[in-house]
Amino acid sequence: MSDQDESEERTGAENPSEFGRSTRRKFLSRLGTASLLATAGPVTTAFGQHSVKEQGTSSVSKDAIPVTLRVNGKKHDLRIDPRTTLLDCLREHLHLTGSKKGCDHGQCGACTVHINGRRVNSCLCFAAMHEGEEITTVEGIGQPENLHPVQAAFVTCDAYQCGYCTSGQIMSAVALLKEPCGPEDADVKELMSGNICRCGAYPNIVAAIQSVRQDAKQPKAG
Amino acid sequence: MKAFQLTRATDSAQAIATAAKAKTAQQGAEIRFIGGGTTLIDLMKLNVEQPQTLIDINRLPLDKIEALPDGGLTIGAVVHNSDLAYHPLVRKNYAVLSEAILSGASAQLRNMATTGGNLLQRTRCMYFRETSMPCNKRVPGSGCAAIGGANRSLAILGTSEHCIATNPSDMNVAMAALEATIHVRGPKGERSIPIADFHVLPGSTPQRETVLEPGDLITHVTLPAPAPGSRSLYLKLRDRASYEFALASAAVVVTVANGKVTRARLALGGVGTKPWRSTEAEQELTGQSATEEVFRKAAEAALRGAKPQSENGFKVELAKRCLVHALTLATQTA
Repeated sequence: MSDQDESEERTGAENPSEFGRSTRRKFLSRLGTASLLATAGPVTTAFGQHSVKEQGTSSVSKDAIPVTLRVNGKKHDLRIDPRTTLLDCLREHLHLTGSKKGCDHGQCGACTVHINGRRVNSCLCFAAMHEGEEITTVEGIGQPENLHPVQAAFVTCDAYQCGYCTSGQIMSAVALLKEPCGPEDADVKELMSGNICRCGAYPNIVAAIQSVRQDAKQPKAG
Repeated sequence: MKAFQLTRATDSAQAIATAAKAKTAQQGAEIRFIGGGTTLIDLMKLNVEQPQTLIDINRLPLDKIEALPDGGLTIGAVVHNSDLAYHPLVRKNYAVLSEAILSGASAQLRNMATTGGNLLQRTRCMYFRETSMPCNKRVPGSGCAAIGGANRSLAILGTSEHCIATNPSDMNVAMAALEATIHVRGPKGERSIPIADFHVLPGSTPQRETVLEPGDLITHVTLPAPAPGSRSLYLKLRDRASYEFALASAAVVVTVANGKVTRARLALGGVGTKPWRSTEAEQELTGQSATEEVFRKAAEAALRGAKPQSENGFKVELAKRCLVHALTLATQTA
């Protein structure tokens, strides 16, 4: 049952060549696909009008509405229940699992993404309200071989322990660079207070952000 | 979360006509306007709010901040909190408003929350948010579990035997001290409501929090021109240094000439069932010397009607000290 029409080929769990490099997420998603396939019969009958391009992990409710979202520069035509938060849409429908679900009530910041360049809590947005806007997730700001300066600074400064809050911290920090923020550590702490880290990596998170701000101020050599 | 229909308003008149079909614009409204959604979506996830229809008003042309010919300011209903707080005219002429907004929530939430939505921010009373508990605001007649319960953060001013829920907004406290006017368009036309009359006391109907009726759409808020020579600030006291609701806060707008207070507008947050303007305290100050002794008398007047609950008696003295300290800071010679 597909909830997504995307022209581009997806890679990952369905691609046999990926089996050699198995991850916990791929393993779990394979389990999810298998259990869905087992119950796909009646669902397909009920919503037979939809094309099946992908064995997704989420079912389409009868209240689904068509929504077009632009995420990390790519357009996605979806059918989603209006209740779908932007966070759930990103994770469950677009399989962009970098944005994390912590509290799901706008209190922890793990779900932080950018909408039109501004940081927001994606758990408190209905996805369908954000058509026509530019949504950016942690997957859209850098790649392993080409890290965003904030990502690189998090590595250099060891600004995480378990890593669950990290993508939200990074998305907040990237947005902060363009916000009115004073020069002191205290100013950074104040503007980062919407991102909770249960491991308590705060001193290194602040150090990472300050190092990026410092580098940005210094003129490049040559 | 209960299923709902989502519609996008492209025209105010149509949105108002649709919303006017609701039985109430208060707790449990079956049709709701949605702006930033930071309160509403949270409460929908908790099943405290279960609207059948949401009208997205974010694309309506209500997103401007503009200077008025009389020196005041007009603020569109869907202006985001962060845009309002960082606006140069707000920082220059209404420091108390900028400070109040920046003291609340997080950078992410301030990017989402709107001016109109913040006026309608709902209480953080845990019994209101927990559907297994009695709450007269959520289910009229079910009782108030907060009275005699966990009420450390709840109100000491404007309470009733039916409800002691605190109005949690910081922005509203600043708006009260600035004597903002709320402009509403409804099925019967437009009207302007002074902020002092916009929120209502819980009394025996805590489910009613404002004077809004079905179909009423907040279009904008206006602020009068800043009083000449006035200084303003917001002081917020809380359990954490950041990202926490007020235990007590004070918004002060004062003018001092030759050591005497010639004009004062004061409001308290974190202690009232609505943003708590204290004209009694203002009267104690006006015409008096700007001294700590006078500030203390004003603070006593502001808290004279306080009714502490089982766990929040400390708020009476905390609110007084908060007001005294805010006045001291605002009247310090540069």
